Amino acid sequence: MNELTIILGILVIASAVAAVTLRNLVHCALCLMATFLGLAGMYLCLDAQFVGLVQILVYVGAVGILLVFAILLTRGGGKELSPFFSSTWAVGAGLAGLIALIFITAILRTNALPPLLTDPSLPSLLQIGKRLMEQDVIVLEAMGLLLTAAAVGAIVLAMPEPSPKAEEEA
Amino acid sequence: MMDWIREFMGMLWKTVSDQPDAKSGFLALIPETWRQGISAVLSIAPLMMIFPALFALTTVVERKGLGRIQNRLGPNRVGPAGFLQFAADGLKTLTKEDIVPRAADQFVHFIAPLALVIPVFLTFSVLPFGKHLVPLNLESGLLFFFAIGAATELSVFMAGWASRNKYSLLGALRAVAQMVSYEIPLILSALSVVMVTGTLSLPQIVEAQGAGNGEWLSRWHVFTPWGFFGFALFLVAACAEANRSPFDLPEGESEIIAGYYLEYSGFKFALFFLGEYLGLFAASGLGITLFLGGWHAPFPILERWIPSYIWFFAKLGTLIGLFIWIRGTLPRVRMDQLMNLAWKFMLPLALLNLIAAALWHFLPNAFARWTVTSLLLVSGYVGLGRALMPSSRIGKRVYRYAA
Repeated sequence: MNELTIILGILVIASAVAAVTLRNLVHCALCLMATFLGLAGMYLCLDAQFVGLVQILVYVGAVGILLVFAILLTRGGGKELSPFFSSTWAVGAGLAGLIALIFITAILRTNALPPLLTDPSLPSLLQIGKRLMEQDVIVLEAMGLLLTAAAVGAIVLAMPEPSPKAEEEA
Repeated sequence: MMDWIREFMGMLWKTVSDQPDAKSGFLALIPETWRQGISAVLSIAPLMMIFPALFALTTVVERKGLGRIQNRLGPNRVGPAGFLQFAADGLKTLTKEDIVPRAADQFVHFIAPLALVIPVFLTFSVLPFGKHLVPLNLESGLLFFFAIGAATELSVFMAGWASRNKYSLLGALRAVAQMVSYEIPLILSALSVVMVTGTLSLPQIVEAQGAGNGEWLSRWHVFTPWGFFGFALFLVAACAEANRSPFDLPEGESEIIAGYYLEYSGFKFALFFLGEYLGLFAASGLGITLFLGGWHAPFPILERWIPSYIWFFAKLGTLIGLFIWIRGTLPRVRMDQLMNLAWKFMLPLALLNLIAAALWHFLPNAFARWTVTSLLLVSGYVGLGRALMPSSRIGKRVYRYAA
């Protein structure tokens, strides 16, 4: 726990709170990306280089841009949402509290948690790659298949539908 | 005091003469608590000086070069033959009024140029500029480069959206769509290098391109079939990533005025300009590192006499010259042409290049490697190019004369 972690922690929490409370959707999306960046910084502080960099590449570079496009294409982005608290905020807060309570008790009771990492030799990039390509290769292939299916589905959705006239001619 | 000056001079000399551990002597004089910070500053300061200076030089050379290509003089008033034009331009942008539109989102508008320049400077930190000049030797340097590079898209969007101008927004959406599309061939072409060298560390990739014992030619990746085609793909994609002509639709002056930085003036505009050029330099530097042998000379015999960083910057200068030449030669592409090129032509070829790199890795002897991969790649390029060419629309040219 050094100064950098504390600064990053404050950044993550502050931008996450801002992402939920700000009234402009684009501002919320930008704050969410600040959260992602802060988390990536945290990973880097913990010497998890690969995870940290992939966090930036995937969440800021891809998911964030996707979010922003979705906002602009659906709601116009500039509109302010009127109510600050939704009418069912009490239910939401109760549910969130309940879930937090369950999680906290479950985590505190379990003894399956491994002892704190004392081995300083963190997995290197090579080890991660070897593991993915040898031991977990089936999982990796399955994910690849899933993503390909998603891409094909997106292309099918985006294809121009044949006009009824063309169908009659054919 | 004399010690400090002597060690500082020693550090400069070691850097210039290509010796390892240039900083260690000077750092030994500094108290323990400050050492890390001072070491970082010593690594960063040259980057912050050299690349903006290179940017200033490039603006003049580019305007002179474009002038020559278009049969005019280019800047010719400030300094000898106009070569001090960059100083005049810099002073002008510094002293100009900074105008922010009243409807603009003030905070996001302010932060967008910074969000472009900071990541772009960060990307320079992993490039190996010379044999011992690597600011940050990361195990996953290539991943760092692409991760940080992807963050610049956000800045473009922020600038376009926060300006509250329809042309800005159009330009930003064009730019983001273009950058997302061309990132895929860019990363895939870089991936072929990773497959062959088996590392993501940029200094190690450069090491792998040095000449073996007793060889007269270095093993630059561009000297192999997959490397050559990969480099071509990489250059085109890098050009599009940097929003440079012929892929400068995001700023298309004739349609959307200046795109996402339309509502920026004064020094904020200069920052965008700087960020765009630095991005181009960084992408060229990465191309040099991956395909053109980094700091290696083409012939190892030359490496004994000429320091490594000179090779890197010579290659960088050549690539910048090439980009200027391309800008002066090719007309801007249309939006559909841009997207078709990325998704229908470059993406399949980048995948084919990956297959070729894998074959190169596994085939037993040099003859089989060369014939199989060259045949595969050439037939792929020619076949796909033929298939995508709208042959029906190109007829014999008909000349019509006034009667």
